[in-house]
Amino acid sequence: MRLQKNTLLALYSVLEFAAQPARQLSVTDIAAEVRVSPHHLAKVLRALGRAGLVESMRGARGGYRFVANAKRVTLMDVIALFEDIGAPPARRRRTRRPAERALEQVLAEIDQTARATFGSVTLDTMLKLTARHGRG
Amino acid sequence: MSSLIRVRRAASADLPQVIAIDARATGLAKPEYWAGILRRYGRGARCRFLVAEAGGRLLGYIVGEVRDWEFGSPPCGWVFGIGVPAQARETGVATRLLEAITAAFRRQGVATVRTLIARDNRLVLSFFRSQGMTAAPVIPLEKDIG
Repeated sequence: MRLQKNTLLALYSVLEFAAQPARQLSVTDIAAEVRVSPHHLAKVLRALGRAGLVESMRGARGGYRFVANAKRVTLMDVIALFEDIGAPPARRRRTRRPAERALEQVLAEIDQTARATFGSVTLDTMLKLTARHGRG
Repeated sequence: MSSLIRVRRAASADLPQVIAIDARATGLAKPEYWAGILRRYGRGARCRFLVAEAGGRLLGYIVGEVRDWEFGSPPCGWVFGIGVPAQARETGVATRLLEAITAAFRRQGVATVRTLIARDNRLVLSFFRSQGMTAAPVIPLEKDIG
């Protein structure tokens, strides 16, 4: 299972924000943490802002702050902003072969499991998991 | 809130409230099913049908038992029912219920607790995840035989 670069950036960023909900973090702060250019990250953060997960703060330093409920927002909520796991394949002109349809059924099963897994892990649970890895 | 919650075994007087909590979550009242659950899991060292209450109000339930060699697995605790009304969520009720049933399973000598949740039941899935549960090394399968 691989996620696209922007999806991963969004997940790492939103976890940084959720870990410090009272704190306002600048694009530069987060960019340094997730090792990406501030310009690239800014686009990702705008998408998180449009989804109501973070709020843009004005002022001398500017930045973003977490405004969602970490116990309710799941990894799938964030992933779905950037990519569509398990989207049905594009329609083709010719009828697909039976073996292709059969393989698609198996792949769809895997996608459904992936969606359910991402949909069951909240940001709060991820923060606990991250803390456990930090202690290990 | 969490410190005021008391967890105890369910009694027949609790059934109307348990049935109501389940009916609100599933859209279906199942009085006969719950009477059967109380008969089978209301007593016995390996069975648990527990309820949580605070201030005389029933806040949730959990049901489970220790099963030996189910699906080829060494004895482990299975949780197959949990319910907390919407207004009592995020107050530690389900956590207390899971802790209580897990402690009971541990006293029976098992080291693993399992459950099975519908893939689209995000609320309950995310609760168990928040308690540290992860995917078990089993895959549930089914076949339409209608």
